[in-house]
Amino acid sequence: MTKLTRRSFSAMTLALGASAALPARAADPLKVGFIYVGPIGDHGWSYQHDQGRLAVEKAFGDKVETSYVESVPEGADAERVITQMVRSGHKLIFTTSFGYMNPTLKVAKMFPDVMFEHATGFMREKNMSTYAARFYEGRAVVGVLAGHMSKTNKVGYVASVPIPEVFRGINAFTVAARRINPAIEVTPIWIGEWYNPGKEADAAKALIDQGADILLQHTDSPAPVQTAAERGIWAVGQASDMERFGPEAHMTAIVDHWDPYYINRVQAALDGTWESTDTWGGLSTGMVNMSAFNKALPENVVAEAKAMEEAIIAGTSHPFMGPIKNQAGEVVVAEGATLSDGDLLGMNWYVEGVNGKVPG
Amino acid sequence: MESLAPIVLSVIAAATPLLFAAMGELVVEKSGVLNLGVEGMMLGGAVVAFIVGVETGNGMLAAAAGAAMGMALAFLFAIMVLGLLANQVATGLALTLFGIGLSALLGRGYVGTPLPALPKLYVPGLTDIPVLGPIFFGQDGLVYLSIVLSGAVAWFLYRSRAGLILRSVGENPSAAHAIGYPVIRIRLLAVLFGGAMAGLGGAFLSLSYTPMWAEAMTAGRGWIALALVVFATWQPGKVLLGAYLFGGLTLAQLHLQSMGIIHIPSQFLNMTPYLATIVVLVVISRDAARIRLNAPASIGKVFHPDG
Repeated sequence: MTKLTRRSFSAMTLALGASAALPARAADPLKVGFIYVGPIGDHGWSYQHDQGRLAVEKAFGDKVETSYVESVPEGADAERVITQMVRSGHKLIFTTSFGYMNPTLKVAKMFPDVMFEHATGFMREKNMSTYAARFYEGRAVVGVLAGHMSKTNKVGYVASVPIPEVFRGINAFTVAARRINPAIEVTPIWIGEWYNPGKEADAAKALIDQGADILLQHTDSPAPVQTAAERGIWAVGQASDMERFGPEAHMTAIVDHWDPYYINRVQAALDGTWESTDTWGGLSTGMVNMSAFNKALPENVVAEAKAMEEAIIAGTSHPFMGPIKNQAGEVVVAEGATLSDGDLLGMNWYVEGVNGKVPG
Repeated sequence: MESLAPIVLSVIAAATPLLFAAMGELVVEKSGVLNLGVEGMMLGGAVVAFIVGVETGNGMLAAAAGAAMGMALAFLFAIMVLGLLANQVATGLALTLFGIGLSALLGRGYVGTPLPALPKLYVPGLTDIPVLGPIFFGQDGLVYLSIVLSGAVAWFLYRSRAGLILRSVGENPSAAHAIGYPVIRIRLLAVLFGGAMAGLGGAFLSLSYTPMWAEAMTAGRGWIALALVVFATWQPGKVLLGAYLFGGLTLAQLHLQSMGIIHIPSQFLNMTPYLATIVVLVVISRDAARIRLNAPASIGKVFHPDG
């Protein structure tokens, strides 16, 4: 859903304008800017990026000065906001949504002296890096939990919009869960939005009514976790720790953790060693984290999940290591083979064990 | 049969916020005023109800506070359009934008705060009846309130003298004014009632439906409520039907997706509640004469008592 508001935007513009008027001094702090697609109060995607910004402030103190603009629509508006950030003296700018790709690229070409970092995109420039998180690695860890804990063998999955990132999550989870319990079936419901608490809860209820006793979500609000708690089944938090919304239901959460990356990049910018890079970090780089496992989970199950986590970190296991079959039962990844990053980036099919047809 | 109860309960929950907001807006529009600020008033109600709920732990008080907030926002609207004769469409849109921003500001410290859901009614014996028990005797208070208030609105508009006066103000404010009715005051009361109802709809979302506060959590329900009033051709019975139809279809399409019986693209299924509700309401209300009869003739027009 497109946000109608940019409530903080005019205030920001004023603030930026005011600071731009100050004369530059040699010992000036590095100005780091962040552009968010949602409100920082979404308790999900934008919230986690803002936690990263706060970590940067904490790590560098008065060596940096950070600012942000939230709820910036993807498209032409973004270009204006990014340009405004440049003009007010920001030297390192993080644009944190896929739809900012073209605007960021355009502004990056206009200002070769400014460093840009674009999240989840694939276009780079000499002064524009990309970065994203291998969220699906966390799904494999959760798959181990679900494989052991499901009694009905039915897992519900509240899905947002059919893009490769969401397919990767569904598939990585399904593969891992079925290696433990081959009877597991995963049913996705696509709600067509990233954020609509009421509809997310409705989808969760529909899945539970169909017999699901474990609930996953790839949408941004804690509503599915809350619904799972109300109905007494297990759930997994998305993007940030959602334990508070259903302490009994919350098995763990797959958390985006941008702090180390942001600190790293700001450090490089301060040192003058910043270069355009392409980062796709996962559990091993700390960009994806598992939050605390529920105390009610059996110890051996948690140990197995942790073993999976460590194997992925060590590189001895991969969520898409063969043999993997597609829905038709054909082997698409042979034993011992692993899907390449290129295959993962374009993933738009279901593995065996997922119910329903691929939307579209 | 056992599995039917939770489905019906979900439908009722999905319909309730729409029912509150649409019934309120129906009264507003019947008085000749068009308030497009429903979404904003719902958000205002949602955030204030949530804050009061967290701080006091009292669900009744929280819902009342949500209604009061909706009313306060409606009062701002009334000052603009009734007092200062501002354009109703523009003012209503501004109220929605204002409500989104204000609710986000007020709710800043409450994002990520959990709240126990409103207690559900429990009548020993009755609630335990399979299927029907939880549906009729196992809901929270706001659900019953939405039904009672809908009945009250229908009765008020078509069976009471005050309702007749309100409708006459919506049809021809000059004539109503000429025979001595205080048009502005009547419209003010209607607008305040609409605000309180939108606030209650929002309160239901943040207290019962998904007991939490998240920015813009109404996700367009205010606009759906507005559309329901128009497509129901300003008839309370059809507004009720439309709200439940929309809630039911939303749930039905989610169930259809998860059962995977027929393979229809999920994008299409996600669209069906909107499409089907409009089609059904348009078809059952296609009598042009009745539409003219029910539509408030002076809706959206600024009234200035002259002479």
